[in-house]
Amino acid sequence: MLGKCIKKASSTVGQSIRYSSGDVRRVTLIPGDGIGPEISASVQKIFEAADAPIAWDPVDVTPVKGRDGVFRIPSRCIELMHANKVGLKGPLETPIGKGHRSLNLAVRKEFSLYANVRPCRSLEGHKTLYDNVDVVTIRENTEGEYSGIEHEIVPGVVQSIKLITETASRNVASFAFEYARQNGRKVVTAVHKANIMRQSDGLFLSICREQAALYPDIKFKEAYLDTVCLNMVQDPSQYDVLVMPNLYGDILSDLCAGLVGGLGVTPSGNIGKGAAVFESVHGTAPDIAGQDKANPTALLLSAVMMLRYMNLPQHAARIEKAVFDAIADGRAKTGDLGGTGTCSSFTADVCARVKDLE
Amino acid sequence: MLSRTVSSLSRVAPQTLGAVNAASSRQYSITAPRPPTELNQKLKVTIIPGDGVGPELIYTVQDIVKQTGIPIEFEEIFLSEVHYTRSSSIENAVESIGRNNNVALKGAIEESAVLHTEGELQGLNMRLRRSLDLFANVVHIKTLDGIKTRHGKQLDFVIVREQTEGEYSSLEHELVPGVIECLKISTRTKAERIAKFAFDYATKTGRKKVTAVHKANIMKLGDGLFLRTCEGVAKQYPKIQFESMIIDNTCMQLVSKPEQFDVMVMPNLYGNIIDNLAAGLVGGAGVVPGQSVGRDFVIFEPGSRHSFQEAMGRSIANPTAMILCAANMLNHLHLDAWGNSLRQAVADVVKEGKVRTRDLGGYATTVDFADAVIDKFRI
Amino acid sequence: MFSKLPIQAVRGAASAIRTHQIPGHRLPLAKYGGRHTVCALPGDGIGPEMIAHIRNIFSFCHAPVNFEEVQVSSSLLDGDMDAAMLAIERNGVAIKGNIETKHDDPQFNSRNVELRTKLDLYANILHCVTIPTVPTRHSGIDIVLIRENTEGEYSGLEHEAVPGIVESIKIVTREKIERISRMAFEYAKANGRKKVTAVHKANIQKLGDGLFLKVVRDMSEDYKDIKFEAMIVDNASMQLVSKPQQFDVMVMPNLYGNIISNIACGLVGGPGLVSGMNLGDKYAVFETGTRNTGTSLAGKDIANPTAFIRASVDMLRYLGCHYHANIISDALWKALVEQRIHTADIGGNNSASDVINATLQNIKVLMDENPKH
Repeated sequence: MLGKCIKKASSTVGQSIRYSSGDVRRVTLIPGDGIGPEISASVQKIFEAADAPIAWDPVDVTPVKGRDGVFRIPSRCIELMHANKVGLKGPLETPIGKGHRSLNLAVRKEFSLYANVRPCRSLEGHKTLYDNVDVVTIRENTEGEYSGIEHEIVPGVVQSIKLITETASRNVASFAFEYARQNGRKVVTAVHKANIMRQSDGLFLSICREQAALYPDIKFKEAYLDTVCLNMVQDPSQYDVLVMPNLYGDILSDLCAGLVGGLGVTPSGNIGKGAAVFESVHGTAPDIAGQDKANPTALLLSAVMMLRYMNLPQHAARIEKAVFDAIADGRAKTGDLGGTGTCSSFTADVCARVKDLE
Repeated sequence: MLSRTVSSLSRVAPQTLGAVNAASSRQYSITAPRPPTELNQKLKVTIIPGDGVGPELIYTVQDIVKQTGIPIEFEEIFLSEVHYTRSSSIENAVESIGRNNNVALKGAIEESAVLHTEGELQGLNMRLRRSLDLFANVVHIKTLDGIKTRHGKQLDFVIVREQTEGEYSSLEHELVPGVIECLKISTRTKAERIAKFAFDYATKTGRKKVTAVHKANIMKLGDGLFLRTCEGVAKQYPKIQFESMIIDNTCMQLVSKPEQFDVMVMPNLYGNIIDNLAAGLVGGAGVVPGQSVGRDFVIFEPGSRHSFQEAMGRSIANPTAMILCAANMLNHLHLDAWGNSLRQAVADVVKEGKVRTRDLGGYATTVDFADAVIDKFRI
Repeated sequence: MFSKLPIQAVRGAASAIRTHQIPGHRLPLAKYGGRHTVCALPGDGIGPEMIAHIRNIFSFCHAPVNFEEVQVSSSLLDGDMDAAMLAIERNGVAIKGNIETKHDDPQFNSRNVELRTKLDLYANILHCVTIPTVPTRHSGIDIVLIRENTEGEYSGLEHEAVPGIVESIKIVTREKIERISRMAFEYAKANGRKKVTAVHKANIQKLGDGLFLKVVRDMSEDYKDIKFEAMIVDNASMQLVSKPQQFDVMVMPNLYGNIISNIACGLVGGPGLVSGMNLGDKYAVFETGTRNTGTSLAGKDIANPTAFIRASVDMLRYLGCHYHANIISDALWKALVEQRIHTADIGGNNSASDVINATLQNIKVLMDENPKH
């Protein structure tokens, strides 16, 4: 496993930032709500143990009321993101029906985070019905069905617009192949419904084909969304990297997370031009907040993705291996994975393993 | 003869009863008339073989019908997008179905992703559905004894999908080069009728819960309308529990706790996803029956509409779904005894596990399976 | 032959009990795949066994109807009535036995009235026709009775103003009279009937029945081809028993309708023979014409199923299933007239099952002679 990770070291997932190793990099840390602070602290401890050259800039993103009476993300957060270019984010309380834009949307717009990456991999030590999953879903994140353009034409008739553009399709397609190449993946599958949406998904598909031609070392396949769903629950091992428009990605990424044990163990990264935000996508779990029961795995693995993005592959590999080993060993794993450990005992276990791996 | 039971009579009944009818009608006032058991008439249905393995599967059903004496007759209509020169017209198909008890049994028609004719955005399947106004697609997910699944649980739920609007409206255009708009249309009228259908179906089949699947947190207007409409319709069905679930969570729940579902109702695209996902949970495309229902017509077709082109002519496809479709069709036509017997025969063959097609890890052919079903058929 | 003329009623000929064409256009609420779902409310008395007979006949001839059975009876609680009401609202159509009304408890509203007012089933339509082999005093009766069903004396507004003085309020509204008279004339027009008779008591109730008479008379102006006449209710009753052949279509307010229809049913052979439709703009409930529960006959297989079978045929006609409607009513006609399968109420000694079985046999023959396509 280590070997594979080292191979990944050759480059990073992002395209535009290049760091040289050795400097200390600043990362914007958004601990989040509920269990967020606990699991963020866990990540910080483990990074310290691993001597990762990362300095954290924690920031509170509770919306503040502006002069015009509208609630907004504090400008400090956006400023820090501009300065650091990289963020790590815990779970946030989704404000339903409250009149302000969500943080995700604000940051996504500001930095044009066009691709959402979610590697889903079966964890040894967390038994699910599927033990051979190793799939990466890459989802276009700025347009498609979630373009937010909807209107009621006459009462009772709503028109929602799904927007597909050549530019956004090319961005995500090219990123998918780049990711595959950098992470030693073999096959990229474009997921679509061009049999029904012949123009829009047709455009997406043709751009994927165009990009595939530029990456002869990566095998390219096309599949209908429904076929992928059917096959995914029967034999997920046949898929490698999946690239798709927004809505399909939303659905498939959660489906894949379900295969490996839920959102509690699935990392996620949002990649844009010149910036990236890594996050855990699970809920804030207010019922167990502050009780030291939370599982930091999702945020940890997201942070590992972040290290790779920042061209710190050795640190990434060490922490990742420590996490996987800790779960496989199982003595300190948390309750949601069927263990008896706490957030702090799990953190301590991972820290010890990180040190041993040195 | 009077002492014979009804069930033993059913196969010989037409002839003997015909003789009774020929006798003088006055005899009725003297002796009490005996109830007749069955009509002489065979019920007619349309078959649309489709592409890929469709024809093989349909002919399998025809063979079973012939060998077991199920009282139905077929009229064949060929529709295909791949062989569109040989294809009959949609109008012919509609007419035929109208002639034949408003019922058809259909194999998958291959949707080609390449346009044949300029400006034709709708595929053949969709045009047929539109012409017949088949607004509801029903897929019954049920584990069969004898098919191994990962979860090992007994699943029995129904997926109801709206299939005339939403993303499948075929309203697409290129705004400027490189920017394409695809319209998703959601209307209250259609949301209402699919919701009502789902609840009516739940009532009819004695189910307890309806789950509406949506993405109203993002598509606040479109899916919001769907969700609110479902909530409204639910009020008319106080005996049926109603809940809603976001589509991505639904997918996750399906692969982790699929047993929680009973009847699910959803807009078009989500239905396509959930149908296939759920089919994968119980053994794949070959074993899940479905039906497309409109006000006046109904088409029975396998739940996952893949034409399985690569297996064409090799007699390796699993006919279970198609045979179960035929059984459901018999129930729809109120030939309940025949329908239930056919379903039982399939269940027996699958449970025994001696005759298994390739998708279930065996080596049997489509025909072998059909023969086994005929062999097990008892009425 | 008859499939060519699906709805034509041939007066005096073999199919005189075929249901007429029902005016108006309604969208089926629960029709899927060509099959209707209808609500069956068995009710009290002979209702349950009759519903079982109907289901038997329907399934035998492949009538495209599914039943959703809902139990209602006078002994049940209000919640159950609501469930029945919801079921009818969902399916749009119901076939129902009668529910016994407790006379002794003034608190207790009649379930039947409640159903009709809540669903706004404003028109009650009975088709009284003599069946040749059924012994009656008169022959050649063919009357359609159309009765306002939601207001008038049945508004349920009664109170004891001072002890010993009870006020009972009769309500008459123009709108409701308009729609019932529209229904009467449209019905007459759709079925080629010649005359509409309005039954009233406007000589005494000058305002209430006066309004009724005026509205119907005004409306008759729109239907020049149909003869219109008015008749006072007491005279109408007398005319009915002396010369019933003079009547064609009769339209009347609620209470008179109740009386006149019972007389007319009596004239053609009793409560076991006539069905009744209750129609609104959205919903329809089909039941027997005189709405008796027949509690004393229950469970003995002796009650005449004719009225119920005719109610089911009415329903098939309403649903647009003309082929099956005609087959069933002709098969029943054949059993009653040609084969003389009569239950005790019309002077025979056959059981209800005999009638059903004979009807089934006839259906079989008729369907073989006249396949659907």
